[in-house]
Amino acid sequence: MGKKESSLKQLVLSLTLITCIAAIALTVIYSMTKVPIALSQQKKKTDAISLVLKGFKGETKETKVLLDGDKDSVIIYFAYQNDSLFGAAVETYTDKAFDGTFSIMVGFDAVGNIIETEVLQANETPGLGDKIDKKKSDFPLQFKGKNPKDFNLLVKKDGGEVDAITAATISSRAFCDAIQRASNAFLKIKENGNEQN
Amino acid sequence: MEMSKIKILTNGFIKENPTLVLVLGTCPSLAVTTSIFNALGMGAATTFVLIMSNMLISMLKSVIPDKIRIPCYILVIATFVTIVDLIIQAYVPALSSSLGVFIPLIVVNCIVLGRAEAFAGKNSVFDSTLDGIGMGIGFTLAIFIIAFFRELLGSGALFGQNIIPFDGILIFVLAPGAFIVFGFTIAVVKWLQKTK
Repeated sequence: MGKKESSLKQLVLSLTLITCIAAIALTVIYSMTKVPIALSQQKKKTDAISLVLKGFKGETKETKVLLDGDKDSVIIYFAYQNDSLFGAAVETYTDKAFDGTFSIMVGFDAVGNIIETEVLQANETPGLGDKIDKKKSDFPLQFKGKNPKDFNLLVKKDGGEVDAITAATISSRAFCDAIQRASNAFLKIKENGNEQN
Repeated sequence: MEMSKIKILTNGFIKENPTLVLVLGTCPSLAVTTSIFNALGMGAATTFVLIMSNMLISMLKSVIPDKIRIPCYILVIATFVTIVDLIIQAYVPALSSSLGVFIPLIVVNCIVLGRAEAFAGKNSVFDSTLDGIGMGIGFTLAIFIIAFFRELLGSGALFGQNIIPFDGILIFVLAPGAFIVFGFTIAVVKWLQKTK
């Protein structure tokens, strides 16, 4: 051991060598885990779809919608049963969350009533904002069966009808924002679709 | 096993505990300790990276020129962290979604680079592996203790199971609570070392 004087050539050579080995190792691991990662993400999505569309079995049709003034599009999974619209699962998001953004899946029936909600990805504060998950609190249950057309999707503090989570008004507002976005997208496509048919 | 080998292994448990005595890697220690599940996942991931990077860096120490040892260490560490990240995403998606950005951030965890520089770059492969195991266990132990109290006081739960029927003391869930528990844990360890 001890200090070695190395020429520039040696420095470049050894760093290149290590980088190459690292690249090869990562390639191998990446190709090994690529399929399981895709599968687990796919499974998470299909699980969420079947959870929010209670009673529906079968394939869904995917449509992407970008609403005016939004940065990102939402994905609507239309569910048809015997050629009639059963409802749709909408993968929606909010950028008003306490932690920036979170995404949820909302299920609507054919007329736009909320069937169920499911949190897909959220980093809200544990013990506070994470109560948007129905495993943690009853907060999301109040949306069941409500139609955003005649249910004011604002927390009571803002003059709406939603009971906010104690000490997590921002997360509650964000949750409403996400549902509103989902509902808007769903209605927009549904009405357009009807006109085209 | 000789005494000195056991000493290398147990060094990281309490005497030179990376989190509680050396106070390294505080960012993950404070950020992921809201639940025991997260803390153990983080501990396991960091331990794996520590062992593997210590082992490899110690093997490569005669090949790596002194002048560029830090970039080489970072490269080795980053490779292992990416491997861990991919494996967790593939096989433990629940953990990956709750630890989020903190897994990739193990790259800059000073415990890992600290051990590479202070230990693995100067000692044999076997000793470095032992050191990695010891430090990893020490880190896991420390964040387990912090997470234990934060989850218990903050949400009245342990391992996600409610055991005390109350809503929890809010501050222990938030960052200030992490600092408070961290401070008290360090104090207790100091006191134990003094009285011993």
